[in-house]
Amino acid sequence: MKSLSNLLVLLLCFTLPLQAQDRPHVFEGAEIIPITGEPISNGVLVVENGVITAVGEPGTVPIPDNAERFDLSGKVIMPGLVDTHSHIGEGDGGDRSAALHPDVRILDTIDPRSKTFRKAAAGGLTSMNIMPGSGLLMSGQTVYVKPRPANTIEEMLIVVDEEYGIYGGLKMANGTNPLRTDGTPGTRAKSAALVRSLFVQAQEYKNQLEEAEGDPEKKPSRDLRMETLVEVLEGKRIVHNHTHRHDDILTAIRLADEFGYRMVLQHVSEGWKVADEIAASGYPASIIGLDSPGGKLEAINLLNTNGKELERAGADVAFHTDDPVVDSRFFLRMAAFGVREGMSREKALEALTITGARMMDIDDRVGSLEPGKDADFIILSGDPFSVYTHVEQTWIEGGKIWDRDNPEDREYAVGGYEIFRASANSHTHLEGYK
Amino acid sequence: MKFLKNLISDNTSAKSLLYILFAGFFLTGMWQNADAQIAVKGETVYPVSGDPIPNGVVLISDGKIEKVGPEANVEIPAGYEVLEASVITPGLIDARTVVGLAGYYNEAHDQDQLETSDAVQPELRAIDSYNAREFLVNYLMEEGITTVHTGHGPGAVISGQTMIAKTTGTTVDQALVDSTTMIAVTLGPSVGSNFSSPGTRSKLISVLRQDLIRAEDYATKRAEGNVSSRDLKMESLADLLDGKITALVTAHTASDIMTALRVHREFGFPMVLDGASEAYLVIDEIKEAGVPVIIHPIMIRPFGEAKNSSFETAAKLHEAGIPMAFQSGYEGYVPKTRVVKFEAAIAAAHGLGMENALYALTLGSAGILGIDNRVGSLEPGKDADIVLFDGDPFEYLTNVNSVIIDGNVVYQRD
Repeated sequence: MKSLSNLLVLLLCFTLPLQAQDRPHVFEGAEIIPITGEPISNGVLVVENGVITAVGEPGTVPIPDNAERFDLSGKVIMPGLVDTHSHIGEGDGGDRSAALHPDVRILDTIDPRSKTFRKAAAGGLTSMNIMPGSGLLMSGQTVYVKPRPANTIEEMLIVVDEEYGIYGGLKMANGTNPLRTDGTPGTRAKSAALVRSLFVQAQEYKNQLEEAEGDPEKKPSRDLRMETLVEVLEGKRIVHNHTHRHDDILTAIRLADEFGYRMVLQHVSEGWKVADEIAASGYPASIIGLDSPGGKLEAINLLNTNGKELERAGADVAFHTDDPVVDSRFFLRMAAFGVREGMSREKALEALTITGARMMDIDDRVGSLEPGKDADFIILSGDPFSVYTHVEQTWIEGGKIWDRDNPEDREYAVGGYEIFRASANSHTHLEGYK
Repeated sequence: MKFLKNLISDNTSAKSLLYILFAGFFLTGMWQNADAQIAVKGETVYPVSGDPIPNGVVLISDGKIEKVGPEANVEIPAGYEVLEASVITPGLIDARTVVGLAGYYNEAHDQDQLETSDAVQPELRAIDSYNAREFLVNYLMEEGITTVHTGHGPGAVISGQTMIAKTTGTTVDQALVDSTTMIAVTLGPSVGSNFSSPGTRSKLISVLRQDLIRAEDYATKRAEGNVSSRDLKMESLADLLDGKITALVTAHTASDIMTALRVHREFGFPMVLDGASEAYLVIDEIKEAGVPVIIHPIMIRPFGEAKNSSFETAAKLHEAGIPMAFQSGYEGYVPKTRVVKFEAAIAAAHGLGMENALYALTLGSAGILGIDNRVGSLEPGKDADIVLFDGDPFEYLTNVNSVIIDGNVVYQRD
């Protein structure tokens, strides 16, 4: 299965002319922030066939004979940013016919040509978890993609598990967003009960499958909702659970513990109130930073000190944009504010890259600059945490997908006339967004 | 005060005692300690009205700025409390916000920026709904914003009046700088989404013009002493036509900006353009009309009528010599308010530059709001509104160390 998926990934690479890399590329002179190692003030990065083959100081890294060399003196190179929670791509999710839609795939609705992907590339994002909204207890399956120029969503996928059809995680939500005044769930307790009932059903479905031992006669009939939840119960698919209030966070943990599924806590606005409990639970926290508190009652205590408090407690912390809540072009900025409010520089850089990659199970491929990993990186004009720094280039798998020096590309970084569609950055089409 | 300051840094129990004292001041109104004499020293002092001063000193007495200059030329008199920081700037000004009317809960009870019973209500006063204790007002103050031009928001043909307040005090009267600053007018599709009529952009203009024509009659009668019964709505519009108050016209698309300029030509009232996402498309026309621009929040989300917004518009307005200020604007969701300093920072990094951005955020803004006699720069005689930073005010990692408003230290980072 694994070799099949690797083959598919390889095939995908070959089908993308924009990413063709004829000869090895060597990037020299820049400060390199590999994330998994100490920053190298004058580093060398070698890329062959879309993969990093070496990172190090000059003289310690063999330069291939026929390499194309890039002088990047004065620049900074770091891994492409990993966004664990985004709504770009103009997809949708489950509808109001039910509260739980594990069968629904956002993959089937994303527009690969959406300008929002160019905007994300301009912000330095190279991997992202695109999710349906938070207006339902389960709004559907998420998809992990790279924002490379593509005609089909398949060309953008990061994870390709053909056997199970797994291309991402599963979005869940608790708190006030999924609550209904004209239906169910109407309360938090009912929300939890509905989720538990469905997982109990999925456990039974899983048992029936196992007891059938592959015998088609004994197998239960196919059920898309159950199949997805079995993947969750087997740990093949990660739950991304939208949650704000401290008690809702603990409820999400309680349910994940009960059924033993893998979960990323998403938003976790009041995480700082239960930071020790989160750390003890072992579930990682993907957080967002905002310019001011307020605007949404259950998230009113969201403070930019959240990162600091979760780091102090020892929890795994990543940042996310929730684009359009925070524009993908301001992702670095969000982590900088985390640092201003007390997070360590080191953890904040990890929170933009490798920690997020771990939350999507793609840290073997992205999130750091190490030999063997995908050559996904960004070239910055200076310190990642300075307002005056711009993303200058974004590279995915050895191909340059965005360049600030190219006037057409530059427009996606600064905006302007007819760059974005009127609706492309609106969140309102997402069920339950409020 | 110096003795007390030493206690703050040296002794924790004294620190808590001091907090109790401060709380006492706050509750009894004794916080307004206008006698405080303070010397602010900075590695770089930006008076804004003049060149930056390396190793500068600002002397404060009786709530006003007494003296500004290089350390070598300004002697600190005995008894002055000394505060030091890396960078010193005038208090920052938010040229267009709704904080104080719109609160951070975002529930019906704290949202007073838009009244929808009538599309034209110039008589609605901002002072009657400003909550000086609003959490977000204090939040902005701690980021260095000392003056806000706040009031009724966009979304009605005329939503009401605006006012200017300092981000301190517990009542509107304590905070107030100017009670009736502008009248908020909105062009564009947002009005049609809040009212059944006017439901279109062209009907909106006919409603506006008709009311202004009525107000012309009222103004004439008023001048002749022939008004039999007072009409609050007509009074406000007549004040506008008489040039006693300014129209704050929100218009985003080039088409709506041109319409704003057309109505401005017809009636000749003083006007400031607000929002102006597509200003870069009609920059010559705006310049010719001689109207200042309070540019949209630089990071406004690029959709709806702001879909064509650009981070570089502020730099283009500056280049064209059009007076410009920054705003936090109105937000209906999260974050509930923007921070005008952060908006200016993005403009600074997109062609405007640090010093031009700081000018627009202080003296430029004060000029457009008509309060440059009191705030916006560090000059003798002006209100002692001063911010102490530990670095470039626009850098993401820079913190505000202290905020001084009217000579009082209203915030100190612990």
